[in-house]
Amino acid sequence: MGLALERVREMGRKLAALYRFLFGDSVRAFGSLSLILLVCLAVVPAKDHFREWIRLQGQYLRLIRNRGDAATLQRRFQPGLQQIWLPRLGVVDRCTTCHVALREASMADVSLQPFRPHPVIPHSLDQFGCVFCHRGQGAATTVEEAHSSTKAWEQPLLPARYLESSCGQCHQNAPAGTPQLNMGRKLLASYGCVNCHTLLSPAGTRMKATDDPPELTHIAQKTTREWIFAWLKNPQAYAASATMPNFELSDADARDLSAFLIDQSTPLSPAIDAKPPSSPPGADDAQAGATLYGESFCASCHAAQNAAGILTGGDLGPELTRIGSKVKPEWLLAWLRDPHQLDPNTAMPHYRFNDKQLGLLASFLESKTDSDFTANVHLQAATKEQIEHGRTLVNERGCASCHQINGVKRPENFAPELTAVGSRPLAKIVFAPGVPYDLPSYLEAKIREPHSFGMAMKMPKFTLATSQVEALVTALLAQTDRGATVPADLRVAGHPESDYQPAGSAGKLMDDLRCFSCHSINGRGGDMAPDLTSEGSSVQRAWLLGFLKDPNTLRPALIRRMPRFNLTDAEAATLTDYIMTVYQTPAFDSTSLPTSGFTAADQENGRQLFYSKYACQSCHIVDPNKDKGYLGPTLTVVGVRRTAAWIFHYLKDPQALRPATLEPNQHISDEDARALTAFLMAQTKAPPQPGGKK
Amino acid sequence: MRRHWWVFAVLATTACHRTPESQPAVQPKAFGVALVEMGGGLQAASVGTVLDQPLVVQVNDQQGSPVKGALVTFRAAGQTILTPSSGLTGDDGQISATCQLGGAAGRYQILAATTDKSGKPVTLRLEEIALGYQQNLGRQLSERYCSRCHDPESSAERVSNYDNLTVKPHAFTDGAFLNSVSDTDLAAITTYGGAARNKSAEMPSYSGTLSKTDIDALLAYMRAVASPPYRAKGLIYASE
Repeated sequence: MGLALERVREMGRKLAALYRFLFGDSVRAFGSLSLILLVCLAVVPAKDHFREWIRLQGQYLRLIRNRGDAATLQRRFQPGLQQIWLPRLGVVDRCTTCHVALREASMADVSLQPFRPHPVIPHSLDQFGCVFCHRGQGAATTVEEAHSSTKAWEQPLLPARYLESSCGQCHQNAPAGTPQLNMGRKLLASYGCVNCHTLLSPAGTRMKATDDPPELTHIAQKTTREWIFAWLKNPQAYAASATMPNFELSDADARDLSAFLIDQSTPLSPAIDAKPPSSPPGADDAQAGATLYGESFCASCHAAQNAAGILTGGDLGPELTRIGSKVKPEWLLAWLRDPHQLDPNTAMPHYRFNDKQLGLLASFLESKTDSDFTANVHLQAATKEQIEHGRTLVNERGCASCHQINGVKRPENFAPELTAVGSRPLAKIVFAPGVPYDLPSYLEAKIREPHSFGMAMKMPKFTLATSQVEALVTALLAQTDRGATVPADLRVAGHPESDYQPAGSAGKLMDDLRCFSCHSINGRGGDMAPDLTSEGSSVQRAWLLGFLKDPNTLRPALIRRMPRFNLTDAEAATLTDYIMTVYQTPAFDSTSLPTSGFTAADQENGRQLFYSKYACQSCHIVDPNKDKGYLGPTLTVVGVRRTAAWIFHYLKDPQALRPATLEPNQHISDEDARALTAFLMAQTKAPPQPGGKK
Repeated sequence: MRRHWWVFAVLATTACHRTPESQPAVQPKAFGVALVEMGGGLQAASVGTVLDQPLVVQVNDQQGSPVKGALVTFRAAGQTILTPSSGLTGDDGQISATCQLGGAAGRYQILAATTDKSGKPVTLRLEEIALGYQQNLGRQLSERYCSRCHDPESSAERVSNYDNLTVKPHAFTDGAFLNSVSDTDLAAITTYGGAARNKSAEMPSYSGTLSKTDIDALLAYMRAVASPPYRAKGLIYASE
């Protein structure tokens, strides 16, 4: 005890001596305090010296020291913290502190980060900064915090494969450089995601679905309960291209749902004609049916598997590979006779088939069966309880979000709104086990395996390829708060929707033929076939009249072509008159050049230009014996088809008249264009046989 | 203003950040002497995306017949991810892996490796192409304006015009020829037409249809997909 006390006293004495040594008199005290102050002051620069970015800037200087362009690079290098500050966009990005060579294109050979130059993009760093596109925490000065913090900052760096989503924050149009974003947006509409989810553009317009799910109010007229059962169990087993998701229903649920759907179905009014066609097709007619299917260009819109199992055809209408197993014969016949009687909103035109054609086509389609599809479906008559349970299921699964069903109202806000899904705070998301803690992974998992988030989740499982899932996630990540608040002058609007409707009897006829399913006029319509907004300036009346009656082939290389609608003379004349009168371009007067009377010298000059200077024969055929190009339309009778004024102005600037055309603008002079017009207007007769016309 | 983006050829052997975490637990049941690429090489896709086709390699024995149960390991550079990163060959002697590309544009080398009986490594190098923004834009434009003539292959949706031309155009993958043409000449031919550089007049001028940005993008795409790979002159390259 005494010993310990002695030790403490000894310590005290030593401390007192130290104190006297340091602060004994005023000179000593001043000296010591100065020293302590100096050490304290040195801590700050020392701490700074060991910062990550200082180390990296030093590494950069060593990296460029021995390069050929070292002097330039060193001159341009700016030491210290760098910052891009854009108050208008709320951008404070210090990324350029470490990413020092982003603007140095000559550093392209360096693959070491953070010293790579930025790849070529249409915007400059000083316009948008970094975080606007890449996410992450711009104001941070350590790598970890800037790149991957999810706690203090909501969004870590965006993985490269979803980068296109950032373009979508401002771009509502479909830029050519963002195929993935464009595809994702298309899928959101074509897979009907937006039937359940609300998705508003920054301008406040709601994205519209383009999948056209059928009304189910008369479903019993169209198909059987067995087919509905098998379809509900696995839509892709019926048609690989079906967009209807697989709801993973149990047998009992599918049984009850099919029972309810048949039960709610009402007969059509007027009732469909159950009469078979007047002359039932014979055995020889199978080939004739296939020919008619081909001649009517059903494949322009409908796909079907060929003998090799390859799906060919368009995707505007449903796949027809197993159509015979689905539809009832009398329904099919009524549909082919006039689809608008059964579904006023269908994109399918009203072909004017005669009874013989109807019989041929119907029996051809009915032969496209797959007995396996409903082979194992054996259903008992439905009980009341089953039907009631089916109704409950329809409400639970939200069937009425897409389909019209008798007695069931379309649910409002059935699924979460997606307008700002790209900025959804992670704290508000319940992650399934095994899903990485970031937004892209969550969205991907949610689309790929919706039921891994709990079987009670309403979202069904869609059949999607990896690239489609990536595209969808990209489109969803574009829906950010930042995008919603971006200054209006930076926003690039999408193509405005047009509700153009042609008037009068021609308008009615165009609606009946569903011209807008393929053609676009005044901003409304499909993109499968040429835009007809200026068609009246482009063609000669007599040719158009003949073409509408019998659409011959202009482009032999195309699979999708204009079908023959079997129009009457009066109908064709009505349409022709309307097109010739109304669809004129304001750019020029289509009668300003005569269609004939060009001099032989002009024509010969044009021939030279056609074959030599502009090598038009690479893509067009004027003389079928010699020319082979079939990228553009065949021009053997172009002098009968086109107006001279159109040819002249089209040669001068093709895109001005047809924005989507492939024909390059070759800056053809007025004289050349006139000579070429003269040559082309002389092409009026299709040579009947080889050597016919020279 | 040259496009040097592609030089990020990150080499599996030198810059391998992602080695398999642990040695695979699977033991080989058989050994072969050769690795052969069956498919999936030289695909072009956007940076960071999963390639459409899986990589397929086959292990062969001395007679050239497939070996079942040989262990194949895939190694890749940067953030390239191969799933699975290793495995045994199937009945047909083949193993396939899906490939997710890294985040920078350029060529990515993937090393497939197996061992023979004595434990000597047998390797095979595969290459994939990651397209950045500019190359991707070039690809879109190329598919719209160029491939109808420059790609001899026809598809169900698009019939090739290649056979109809008197002077056959070069495929954009034809590095053997295109690599020898300078950026300036390629840009001139695209902008002013084939006649501008003593080539066929069948190649039209695109100055009125495509912008300079578009033509730069097209060139970047051509350089990206060239095989053998294009290397600009006068540059320092990452050593192999």
